[in-house]
Amino acid sequence: MSDNVPAGLKYTKDHEWAKAEGKEVIVGITAFAVEQLGDITLVNLEVRAGDSLESGKGFGTIESVKTLSDLFAPVGGKVVKVNQELETKPELINEDCYGKGWMVVIQVPDGGSPALAALLDDKAYAEHLKTSAH
Amino acid sequence: MTTEPPLRRTSLYDCHVRAGARIVPFAGWEMPVQYEGIVPEHRAVRTAAGLFDVSHMGELELRGQYAGQVVNYLITNDAGKLSDGQALYTCACNEAGVILDDLIVYRCSSERYLIVCNASNVTKMAAVFEKAAEHHCDFDNRSDRTALIALQGPKAFDILALAGSGAANLRALKSFHFRDAVVANVACTVARTGYTGEDGVEIFCPWDDAPALWTALTSLGQPLGIAPIGLGARDTLRLEARLSLYGNDIDETTNPIEAGLGWVVKMDKGDFVGRAALEAVKGKPLPRKLVGFEVTGRGIARHGYPLLDLAGKPVGVCTSGSPGPTVGKNIGLGYLPASMAEVGTRFQVDCRGKGIDAIVVKTPFYRRQA
Repeated sequence: MSDNVPAGLKYTKDHEWAKAEGKEVIVGITAFAVEQLGDITLVNLEVRAGDSLESGKGFGTIESVKTLSDLFAPVGGKVVKVNQELETKPELINEDCYGKGWMVVIQVPDGGSPALAALLDDKAYAEHLKTSAH
Repeated sequence: MTTEPPLRRTSLYDCHVRAGARIVPFAGWEMPVQYEGIVPEHRAVRTAAGLFDVSHMGELELRGQYAGQVVNYLITNDAGKLSDGQALYTCACNEAGVILDDLIVYRCSSERYLIVCNASNVTKMAAVFEKAAEHHCDFDNRSDRTALIALQGPKAFDILALAGSGAANLRALKSFHFRDAVVANVACTVARTGYTGEDGVEIFCPWDDAPALWTALTSLGQPLGIAPIGLGARDTLRLEARLSLYGNDIDETTNPIEAGLGWVVKMDKGDFVGRAALEAVKGKPLPRKLVGFEVTGRGIARHGYPLLDLAGKPVGVCTSGSPGPTVGKNIGLGYLPASMAEVGTRFQVDCRGKGIDAIVVKTPFYRRQA
């Protein structure tokens, strides 16, 4: 499962993924992060639609049975959507971390793709997993 | 700069890796923290059976005419009441009455006692027992030669029944009793003890025989739903059963009385290390108590999180906390002022700056159906 690194997404070294869609960027955590966490029991997204978020800043926490991890924004911008469903169904992240387990949507003034240029592509992220995780 | 000693591996290390375990450092050992996942492993133990490698724990043996007296002087419970083949849970305290370790003491005979101590305390407890044994009885730290496998869960004895005629008779073993038995062609000592809140056994065998035993129990237990269990689920299982974890709930800053372990302190057995200090503790109202609680707000209490009164003042500390997979709630243990230790008392857990509602509840959180 941890080698599930879809092409077309961008990644951070902290195991968030980001997907550009026009002026918006959808954010979640990677299959590798999910596998490391195990069964996710609690997601606290500490931002609301309308909040501005700086790149690299924490936007919430995710907890599994054993551990708590911080969530960091891969890009800065204005939060336009928060996945409220995760509040009652944190298991969506275990089931579908690149789909129904999305966390926030951030609006980026200059468009999604340029803002994500600095992040890792799927090949670089897969390489990062190989060199750092084992 | 400090140099960490290299991590050690139990004889079952290769079995764990083959079973897909995630390995983590624990008390100087490379141990499996999980295989399939904490929640499915937890459920396997509650509904079928789980196999645990606890070979990292320490085994200390005292032999000789005075072995019983030496042991009984070092522990708070009364080993003088044990018969051959019987074991007990106890604390060992220092003169200040705080807990050096929690142990199981096995009386093999009137002149031979086995002590099982926590992996993190082997060096400390070996020194304590060796020093006390000096000039009185023989001391042998058997930890490096002794493997320990726990088989726990409602199907544990059904699985043993498949492991040969000697093992099949183990169902007759009473709780906290033990005897020698051949299990799957391996000569073992089997005790009806555990750390999960389920029925089951803990099996001692020679270090190098453990892989054969582990492999045999795994394949015999397959049709009955046996699963290998890592340290992660071991922790959630013991927490639901409110079994203390040394280093979390009890340590050298806590005494057995406030930790809810007064039942293993026997003042009527004669002198023992820590007796005077514990008598003084018992003579006064307790300042604080270890309580079980449920987090009713959105949060998970973790070891070290402050506990707050309803005015937001820090009044205690969480010592263990996690979701309880069987009880279906976020649960924890922590020290609170005695005035707040009553079941039903509301307080808050400081979850990284956020006050999350919690309530003191009766423990154990989980009790198996008889």
